[in-house]
Amino acid sequence: MTIISVFKKDWQSELRTRYAINALAMFILVTISVILFSVGQEKVSEHLTGGLFWVVIFFSAMSGLSRAFVSEEERGTTLTLQLIAAPSTIYFGKLFFNLVLVFIMNISIVILFYLLFESYIILNVSLFLLSLFLGSTGIAVSSTLIAAIIAKANTKGTLYPVLSFPILLPLILTLMELTKFAMDGDLISDSYAELMVLVSYDVIMATAGYMLFDFIWKD
Amino acid sequence: MTNYSLTFQDVTKTFGRRLIFKNINQNLTSGNIYGFSGRNGSGKSTLVKIAAGIISPTKGKVIHQNENKEIIPEKLHNKMGFVSPYLFLYNEFTAEENLIHISKIRGLKYNSENAEFLLNEFNLYDRKNDYLKGFSSGMLQRMKFIFALLHSPNILFFDEPTSNLDTAGKDKVYEIIENEGKKNLVIVATNEESDLALCSEILEIEKFKN
Repeated sequence: MTIISVFKKDWQSELRTRYAINALAMFILVTISVILFSVGQEKVSEHLTGGLFWVVIFFSAMSGLSRAFVSEEERGTTLTLQLIAAPSTIYFGKLFFNLVLVFIMNISIVILFYLLFESYIILNVSLFLLSLFLGSTGIAVSSTLIAAIIAKANTKGTLYPVLSFPILLPLILTLMELTKFAMDGDLISDSYAELMVLVSYDVIMATAGYMLFDFIWKD
Repeated sequence: MTNYSLTFQDVTKTFGRRLIFKNINQNLTSGNIYGFSGRNGSGKSTLVKIAAGIISPTKGKVIHQNENKEIIPEKLHNKMGFVSPYLFLYNEFTAEENLIHISKIRGLKYNSENAEFLLNEFNLYDRKNDYLKGFSSGMLQRMKFIFALLHSPNILFFDEPTSNLDTAGKDKVYEIIENEGKKNLVIVATNEESDLALCSEILEIEKFKN
């Protein structure tokens, strides 16, 4: 219940300050516009569109998801949170907030790609949605942990994508592969190994986050 | 009166090679007001943060006990109240919204009666629906006291409690410290003579540097 209270506090704060929502929305629009301008009248292959889709998601996540902890640090309210809740409550509250943001962000990107890219055709929708769900969870889990680590650093903006890239790379590569399978219409049973990689990634990152957060949060 | 105690066991803190204090051994009990004093940068706030479990000591241990039972660090937050100049509440929320969110995150039901009583005590009742971003520094300081007292804690940490307060505000804070000191454990970290005058025992940080 206290986890939900952390989420509610963050969500109400976000609706008033629009720290993350504005950053995410602007980044998505700008990136997709740049892709559309650079592609022009060229025919883009389906698989390349699938790859670009995850590139947009990766960089959008980098622009907005660190706000969960960075905004607390910038406002000086980190101490307030430390004084009112256990570290695990804060971690899961912030994770839940980032999960909601990532899902909203990814669904918006899917809709925009569907409307703006002719070659964005998914033949196996259930495989794509399953990949999107597991991938979004993985992005939210790892972004939350990395945001907590970089929040106290002076060079937050630079450090976040630099630290995130090697951690998110295996996830993004697997997601690109699964999107290719979904575009080709492959069955879920044929993509079992890749889906298990995503499940393992999500579980490992969530467990590592839970175990490490106490140390990151305290000193 | 509660039976709450805070014990420092060989507590030492260094930042890199710089020694802040070493080998603090002290037992603090409820029903008393303790003062931590020392010149600027001597480590008063660091000792308060270590006592509150916000940062870890380099060496040694801090033990909180309630009714002779040790409190695990994960449960400590609901036992203590904390006021300091480096504590900030949420400017984008109103005074009452801050108190509601804080109570709920603590896992407690929002006690509107107690909140209204404290808002009245600190002359903020009329401003409870105003955003904190419009509050003066003195009003923000008074809000911190409401934040610290709302959940009726057993131990209270007041780091420079009278900063930014006018005479009326200081008098109210002294009244609160005296009242809380009769039933709970109160720690005041300050250089102000008038703040230290309330304390039954004073810990000079300078004595723990050699």
